[in-house]
Amino acid sequence: MSIFDRANLAVSRRQLLIGASLTGAGLVIGFKPHPAAAASEPFAPNAFIRIPQDGKITFVMPSVEMGQGIYTAVAMMLAEELEVGLDQVTLEHAPADPKQYANPLLGDQITGGSLAIRGVYEQMRKAGAAARIMLIGAAAREWGVSPDACKAEAGHVVETGGSRRAAYGSLIAAAASEAVPQDVPLKPASSYKVIGKPAHRLDSPEKVNGTAKFGIDARPDGVSYAAIAICPHFNGKLRAVDEAPAMAVKGVTQVVRIEEAVAVVANNTGAARKGLAALAIEWDPGPSASVSQAELERQMDAAIDGKALPHLNEGDVAKAEAEHGPVHEFVYRMPILTHSAMEPMNCTVHVRPDGCEVWVGTQIMSRTRQAAADVTGLPVEKVVVHNHLLGGGFGRRLDVDGVILATKIAKQVSGPVKVTWSREEDIRHDCYRYLNYSKVSAVLGPDGLPLSWRHRVIGPSVMARWFPGFTKDGVDLDQMGGAESPYAIPNRQTDFARHEAPDGMLTGNWRGVGATRNVPPVECGIDELAELAGIDPLDYRRRLLQHKPRLLAALDLAAEKAGWSTPLEKGKGRGIAVAADFGSYAAMIAEVSIGGDGTFKTERIVCAVDCGQVINPDTVEAQIQSGVVYGLSAALYGRITVENGAVVEGNFDDAPVLRINETPPIEVHIVPSAEAPGGIGEVGTPGVAPALLNAIFMATGKRLRTLPIDQSDLRRV
Amino acid sequence: MPYNLTVNGKSYAVDVDGDIPLLWVLRDTIGLTGTKFGCGIAMCGACTVHVDGMPVRSCILPVSEAAEKPVTTIEAIGDTPEGRKIQQAWLDIDVVQCGYCQSGQIMSATALLAANPKPSDGDIDAVMAGNICRCGTYPRIRAAIKLAAQG
Repeated sequence: MSIFDRANLAVSRRQLLIGASLTGAGLVIGFKPHPAAAASEPFAPNAFIRIPQDGKITFVMPSVEMGQGIYTAVAMMLAEELEVGLDQVTLEHAPADPKQYANPLLGDQITGGSLAIRGVYEQMRKAGAAARIMLIGAAAREWGVSPDACKAEAGHVVETGGSRRAAYGSLIAAAASEAVPQDVPLKPASSYKVIGKPAHRLDSPEKVNGTAKFGIDARPDGVSYAAIAICPHFNGKLRAVDEAPAMAVKGVTQVVRIEEAVAVVANNTGAARKGLAALAIEWDPGPSASVSQAELERQMDAAIDGKALPHLNEGDVAKAEAEHGPVHEFVYRMPILTHSAMEPMNCTVHVRPDGCEVWVGTQIMSRTRQAAADVTGLPVEKVVVHNHLLGGGFGRRLDVDGVILATKIAKQVSGPVKVTWSREEDIRHDCYRYLNYSKVSAVLGPDGLPLSWRHRVIGPSVMARWFPGFTKDGVDLDQMGGAESPYAIPNRQTDFARHEAPDGMLTGNWRGVGATRNVPPVECGIDELAELAGIDPLDYRRRLLQHKPRLLAALDLAAEKAGWSTPLEKGKGRGIAVAADFGSYAAMIAEVSIGGDGTFKTERIVCAVDCGQVINPDTVEAQIQSGVVYGLSAALYGRITVENGAVVEGNFDDAPVLRINETPPIEVHIVPSAEAPGGIGEVGTPGVAPALLNAIFMATGKRLRTLPIDQSDLRRV
Repeated sequence: MPYNLTVNGKSYAVDVDGDIPLLWVLRDTIGLTGTKFGCGIAMCGACTVHVDGMPVRSCILPVSEAAEKPVTTIEAIGDTPEGRKIQQAWLDIDVVQCGYCQSGQIMSATALLAANPKPSDGDIDAVMAGNICRCGTYPRIRAAIKLAAQG
């Protein structure tokens, strides 16, 4: 279970009330989340569909596009029921308006947790169907026939068995006076013409010809450009800076000082960066100045056997341990990670006395708007947020620290100012995935299968800050996600030893959230137990997953496609990891080789996934590949270190990420499923590190329990 | 002293310091935002443009060195035969995800194809290793370059 998978948040059909209105923009169809409020407002201005008299139909996108393919998927759902071709529509970002565009599972305008499709699958189809019914009704009325004698196809209503045919655009005035259907029947999946079939991404053309607009591409009239230096020390402050060297640079117009940063404003970002580089900034490093990596790791180690808050408790672990010892115990250590989205953090803000405009790409629209309101002191209604495509999200753009900084700077600048972070600022001021350690302990029964499973989760609570509703009695429910393992073990106990990053070091959500945190210790731990039991790791997992048919089927498919039973030559190994999260079920098998000189290579990754009803199979493949590459980067390179209360690494030279020459073939196999759709954007990431570590064990007999994989360790094997 | 730039066949006189990287002149001064900023140290390739037909990292190329030379950016790369083929292959295979790095990927791939019409896997890796994609579109980049090489 991940962060947002709260069982009781399923969309209730009864909570949805359809509103429709005819606006200047055409026929608008949307849903209203609160029936009581909506009853007195029959025509809410919210909308997912806008049908003009002429031209293309507009679909308004409630989730943001950061590569995961949601724009295409949402369009497919709307198009399926509206009966239009994907070539007949254009897409538009939704404005900040959680009343209209909140993800129904989250209650807020957030794109995260791999929840977009799960949240809107029914909502979007109903929006499309309601519009279609009204358009058919309008045509039938004009033609004097029964709606049953009409059908919709390719953006037209046609008379079945007759010759009459009307484009949707010609029907909008009549359709607006149609009764809004309250109980909208939806097509059975067997009738889908769009959903489940491979579709080309609707955002490909603009991303291939350079016209796509990301936040960093915003250029409102009169914009100036700022480069920013944020105090490198956690919670440090600006002490002093002489602005003269920056002001001497051609194009520089202003040096802005705020409490924790200096910004240089110019008529182009290059001049701003040059001006910033010319400054000798004095920082007050603050109370964290002595924080070092060794100290942070020592504190984490101390927390392994310290106090913890209980979470899950099934059976009697202590009794099983007492009766069936020895207790096998493994400790896994995971590093600090950055997101390193390709689009560095940036935000453009225009603060005026009576209002504020923000241009940004964000996963969290309403908090973005609120942040600008808080900094300016303006009412939130006076803040307009222009959302953009995101040059990668991965959880980084679920935080609004960049919006806050840019707005603070913009308050001192006349006209709009675009604040662009350098890559170094982006890496040194991330909302990090902090150090996470796990201690797994188990006893084995006479058959070698585990009788007990204890998992202590040591790490920060992101939810305590970010989404307090997803904590319980001090336990971060996201951090605990999947810690108990999916396996049939009669006695299981998990607990949470909260240990936070140093003050001022922001920690946040990172692709795969709880699953990426817990699948490595769980899947490495189960592999170690299989080894102790002398049982093949596939067979071991299979025996323990008989109660999880979907996960088992994914595992079997991955094993078959990876050729698990075929022997490997010396120096090669295969490793398994399974993960059930985000409403999807995935199994991954990594194949690695270790050369005689210790040279490590990922030969191949095979992934099988059951994500329920597939919307766009091409996107499922792409997202698994994406998640795998992201996971490979982290497993092989991801490690941020801290010295003097500041992050040491700063760019792709000392904080490397995976490149094409290191990318193995990645095979994706979809388990056909008619179950409700699951998420897919994060499903590929959690299993990568444990699959690699388990494969390395098979190849070398060496258990690595610390990430990232230390390739020099392999040379010593 | 203004520098005379020729970008995508159009002339621009830009009044900036000569050491300002071409990237920012393209994006901010001229307003061609298809070329992206990623790292500022020529490590990620997002800013790749062609100067005199050669792929360069515009984030470190001083504008003075691009003056009086033909500069081609993503906005016009489709006017070249190789650029057109690469862009079409990118569409056919749906390479893009977030899309941010793709301008640079396409500029690098186009230069590769122009210099080497039938690149091997090793050739592709060698050239494209200079371009980072955090969405992990690498498998499709490989496939798309091969597709373009057939066309």
